[in-house]
Amino acid sequence: MNRALALAALALTVVAGVGAVAEKRSGYLDAGPQTRAMQDDDTANPAFLWVQRGETMWGERPAGADGRSCQDCHGDAAQAMRGVAARQPAWDAATARLMNLEQRIDRCREERQGQPRLPPESEGRLALAAFVGLQSRGLPMSVAVDGPAAAGHAWGKALFETRFGQLDLSCADCHDRQAGQRLAGNVIPQGHPNGYPIYRLEWQGMGSLSRRLRNCMTGIRAEPFAPGSPDALALELYLAGRARGLAVETPAVRP
Amino acid sequence: MLLSAPMPRAAAAEPVVPFRAAGDGIPAPLAGLAGDPARGRRIVADRQVGTCLLCHSGPIPEERFQGTIGPDLAGVGSRLTAAQIRLRIVDPRRLNPETIMPAYHSIAGRSRVGAAWQGRPILDAQQVEDAVAFLATLRDPS
Repeated sequence: MNRALALAALALTVVAGVGAVAEKRSGYLDAGPQTRAMQDDDTANPAFLWVQRGETMWGERPAGADGRSCQDCHGDAAQAMRGVAARQPAWDAATARLMNLEQRIDRCREERQGQPRLPPESEGRLALAAFVGLQSRGLPMSVAVDGPAAAGHAWGKALFETRFGQLDLSCADCHDRQAGQRLAGNVIPQGHPNGYPIYRLEWQGMGSLSRRLRNCMTGIRAEPFAPGSPDALALELYLAGRARGLAVETPAVRP
Repeated sequence: MLLSAPMPRAAAAEPVVPFRAAGDGIPAPLAGLAGDPARGRRIVADRQVGTCLLCHSGPIPEERFQGTIGPDLAGVGSRLTAAQIRLRIVDPRRLNPETIMPAYHSIAGRSRVGAAWQGRPILDAQQVEDAVAFLATLRDPS
């Protein structure tokens, strides 16, 4: 082959490769230096107030004759919960649906502890999720998207790529195709759920992935997916699959 | 009996007014309305109304945080005619279905629209004409 032609072909291949495979990038890298510093130092990370509360809750026995704590069934969280959050949401064979970490906590409380569910976005539910999530920190996101989860994953991908709301935008419009650009002053992240629950400066508090998705949906003037609904879980699963390989950062700090 | 009353202007009665595209523009102002550039500047600058500066930058220095997604609005009045600007606000996806820019004066094909916004376009006809009038003033120096 003509040498110039070969070089041109090589250049085209490289360009095509760059276009096709955007490197996965945690939102951590798009946050400002002060926000990153807060996350880097557990004593400066406000989310650790929730983690500490969650650790206490892990060992607390609910009132009642045979009330068992999380610890009583699961044992030491550092071992028993290591890697669990990295694999959520996951297919639950017993109920034949996708479940996320918070829903698993709900079920444990109801069925094993005889306690009422902790309300969505309540401090206690966030605290337990943060404490359990922390046990996977540093591990790669590794959700299963095949087998019984495949249908939900495909549905989640379809939702991710569907335009919604008065502003008629899809998740993919911004987070696949415009990541790295600025929306007003803010860098658009790729939108990976590798740090939830997060402490968000805009909230001045802790929140779940569900809360964050609600913010995005209302931002495009769309009706949010009901928390815990099949649609919400499918989208959470697609997002988790899209983030596979990124390190879990729970509890992350985000702007 | 209202039959003898003059027809109200369409913009007042209907959330979305019909328009006729010619080439890559809409030559006639929506509902025959006249745009006001001063009002248009406020619409373009307002993040909740025009939302333009979320994605575009433009010569509106008091708005410090501007977007980098769309082209710079500076000089748009030199690059495009008023008719071309109008279509690019009303329904840019007619020109490029893949563009991220929504159709600002359309409710067609929307899904899961939040209750507060149902049946309403992002901008009404008067707001579109005001924005067109302002953007047409953004001409390159020389």
